[in-house]
Amino acid sequence: MTDLALGTQKAHWSDWLGHGVLLLVLLILLAFLAAPLLAILAQALQDDQGRYAGLGNFLAYARTPTLLASLWNSIWVSALVTVIVVPMAFVFAYALTRACIPGAGLLRGVSLIPLLAPSLLSAISLIYWFGNQGVLKDLLTALGVSQIYGPVGVVIAQCFSVFPHAVMILITALALADARLYEAAEALGTGVVRQFFTITLPGAKYGLISAAMVTFTLVITDFGIPKVIGGNFNMMATDVFKLVIGQQDFAKGAVVALLLLAPAVLSFGVDRYVSRRQTAMLTARAVPLVPKPSRWRDRLLLLYCLLVSALMLAMLGMAIFASFATFWPYNLAPSLQHYRLGLIDGGVGEGFINSLQMAAGTALVGTALVFVSAYLLEKTRGSDLLRGPVQLLAMLPMAVPGLVLGLGYIFFFNMPSNPLHGLYHTMTLLTLCTIVHFYTTGHLTAVTALKSLDAEFEAVSASLKVPFYKTFWRVTVPICAPALVDIARYFFINALTTISAVVFLYSPETKVASIAILNLDEAGDIGAAAAMAVLIAVISAVASALFSMLGWLLGRRTQAWRRR
Amino acid sequence: MSAYLSLRNIHKSFGAFEALRDIHLDVVRGELICFLGPSGCGKTTLLRIIAGLEVQTRGRIDQDGRDISRLPPAERDYGIVFQSYALFPNLSVADNVGYGLVNRRLPRAQIQQRVEELLALVGLPGSAAKFPSQLSGGQQQRIALARALAMRPGLLLLDEPLSALDALERVRLRQEIRSLQQQLGVTTVMVTHDQEEALSVADRIVVMNHGVIEQVGSPTEIYREPASAFVADFVGKVNVLGGQIEGGRLHLGQWAVDCERVPSARGRSGAVKVYLRPEDLRARASAAVDVPTVHGRIEKIEFLGAFCHVHVLAPTLSARPVVVYLSLNFLAEQGLTEGSDLPLALMPERIKLF
Repeated sequence: MTDLALGTQKAHWSDWLGHGVLLLVLLILLAFLAAPLLAILAQALQDDQGRYAGLGNFLAYARTPTLLASLWNSIWVSALVTVIVVPMAFVFAYALTRACIPGAGLLRGVSLIPLLAPSLLSAISLIYWFGNQGVLKDLLTALGVSQIYGPVGVVIAQCFSVFPHAVMILITALALADARLYEAAEALGTGVVRQFFTITLPGAKYGLISAAMVTFTLVITDFGIPKVIGGNFNMMATDVFKLVIGQQDFAKGAVVALLLLAPAVLSFGVDRYVSRRQTAMLTARAVPLVPKPSRWRDRLLLLYCLLVSALMLAMLGMAIFASFATFWPYNLAPSLQHYRLGLIDGGVGEGFINSLQMAAGTALVGTALVFVSAYLLEKTRGSDLLRGPVQLLAMLPMAVPGLVLGLGYIFFFNMPSNPLHGLYHTMTLLTLCTIVHFYTTGHLTAVTALKSLDAEFEAVSASLKVPFYKTFWRVTVPICAPALVDIARYFFINALTTISAVVFLYSPETKVASIAILNLDEAGDIGAAAAMAVLIAVISAVASALFSMLGWLLGRRTQAWRRR
Repeated sequence: MSAYLSLRNIHKSFGAFEALRDIHLDVVRGELICFLGPSGCGKTTLLRIIAGLEVQTRGRIDQDGRDISRLPPAERDYGIVFQSYALFPNLSVADNVGYGLVNRRLPRAQIQQRVEELLALVGLPGSAAKFPSQLSGGQQQRIALARALAMRPGLLLLDEPLSALDALERVRLRQEIRSLQQQLGVTTVMVTHDQEEALSVADRIVVMNHGVIEQVGSPTEIYREPASAFVADFVGKVNVLGGQIEGGRLHLGQWAVDCERVPSARGRSGAVKVYLRPEDLRARASAAVDVPTVHGRIEKIEFLGAFCHVHVLAPTLSARPVVVYLSLNFLAEQGLTEGSDLPLALMPERIKLF
């Protein structure tokens, strides 16, 4: 048998380096994603003495009427928001991609404003518009709604905060269009309306499903908005917080967390299925569709977009205006009082330093981790035992709401027996949690960028006796520089605005700005809360601009070859 | 003739699918050998196994007297060119060609000199400062070739190097590759699905199908003496007719010939498939007496340029028309059009039976 080599290859020393780093990534994802999630499961299955309780906690949950009421509240509110937002976002995205309206770029930018601030900004703003001392309180009463605190406020605020997510998904879906289909339809004498229902809508079907799923999941797992404007209206996300932080009832908290996980896991599954179908639809030979002007359609759609944008601006504008108003609603003269109160007396200044530290850490470490692991997965060979688990764990965060992840971190890292216990309450843990929370989007961006590279770069390098990491550094990183900047920006902005995961993990020393705003609101300092939320939006906007500049500068150095 | 590269009993399976079975092959030092076959026949997999980019399920590979069966790509000695060129788009042509040289820590001047030498070799001097995207497809493939040759590898692997190019460029570049290969004397393995390409440049051709080698031989052998029906069918055009061997004679429709005159009829009997190359059916201006002819009538003339595919219905041979090649000149001289009579002479010694 000496002449028969088995189906294995001797590893080159550089292969070992790749395997080692991939193993490290796997260990990080196991410790900071898989283990916390398992901790929730364990918690849900044991009683307060730590004994195995089977489904006892679930039964106890089902026998608590208040919790069941929240379950129902969460479901119908999320469904209602989905039904309102998806059609609105579809028309908006349609206008931007399939009609000829002036200033489409600007309108798109305005629609994305809610992404710059924590979701609770829209809730705070609503309070100024329709709250007990709100500008339009009478309008609300005239419509038969006694007060904004409660389901009405939650639904409206959620509509604003999830709108950009739905719009982005639908723009992507509608941008993928094959002009030849429309030309064929026209050649066959098909009317515009029939074209819409037979080509446009089916083409965007998967985008619509995906947008609906994402909207539902975001709403059902959001914590900030029901906390600020929910009043006595309980939802599952606020229940988790009350159960765990207020009543220390970890077992029931874990049960609710698992229930919150369900829609996210479902939508994750559907989304994976849908995105596979979506890419298969468009062939490389498709001719991109360039919309033709149509007077009335364009005018109507422009009007609609302006209306939506006006609402977005009204939401942000009110927060800005109120943040400067000296004493709402009696003295509206501008002053910096709320900013002073928030930053100095409220101690949010420190929170901002913490936030920036966390955002910078998330952007730097997260981008490096995500890109290196995506590279190793996509472009190297061997270590087959590591690949499957890393791939699975990289996709998992998308199915895990921040609230659930944060809860898992408490259960896991707060165990005194855990050797990583020392990380609890530290900035390091907050940063790692945020990286894991937003891992999947970064991972997918990196994978897309890497897939667009020639698959044989590494093979060529090996034949030229150049180890893979040199090619990674000389070729892969420079070509992917724009994607790297995008990933870093995504991490940075989300780290600045996130509440849901970190709300369980901070200590007084590591309190970040978005949490500090929540505390200000709780203490009744809504003016200061508005001021600080506006400040986060400003910092996000500036950071976003800086990232664009960085992208431009890097592009000049690394993308010269794209210009002919 | 000592083998520079020898493949022994190579198997490759992907799960239950057997991509390669029982591959034995010796590649002679300095020759250009083509792996030819339809897509999915395993030719690219075999090339990638030689490169170490895929790992054989079992089997042994020796290169220049060294067992390389289990070596990773970086420890083998070859240069490779891919269909996609795989040039580093963000590096200049000079940096691409010198990519491996830089890693060897050679002095800068020496690298520059070698790069210029290589660029001159592939006929692109003065393009050092350009980016790959500023070059045409054919030029990019020449750069990829220069890069593969930069480290003076003992073996050059070409994976469908021409199939992304347009027809004219393809013909030009394949001759350039051939003359470069002969000039440098580098042992070369080229994968292609284009039989004309293989016939025109290879010293030897390995015809593959469904993961096995059907035949190894010189282009002429492959064309003239196909070892299997598949090879006869895949390489060149062929008329396939139903025949019968009975009483020492090969019957083809109503036409018959002594089996002694048909070498490939030896030891055969019963129903056979008769393979006739178009050029083995010779058109006669008029019924001649020196060779047996059959009556035929032109059904269709497929115009291809200097030569035409002429579909001739010869009821004596077969109910379906056979194809013969006729030059445009011949057709004009004889005044042949669709409907004309055209007697055909068969060359029994060229007939192949499978």
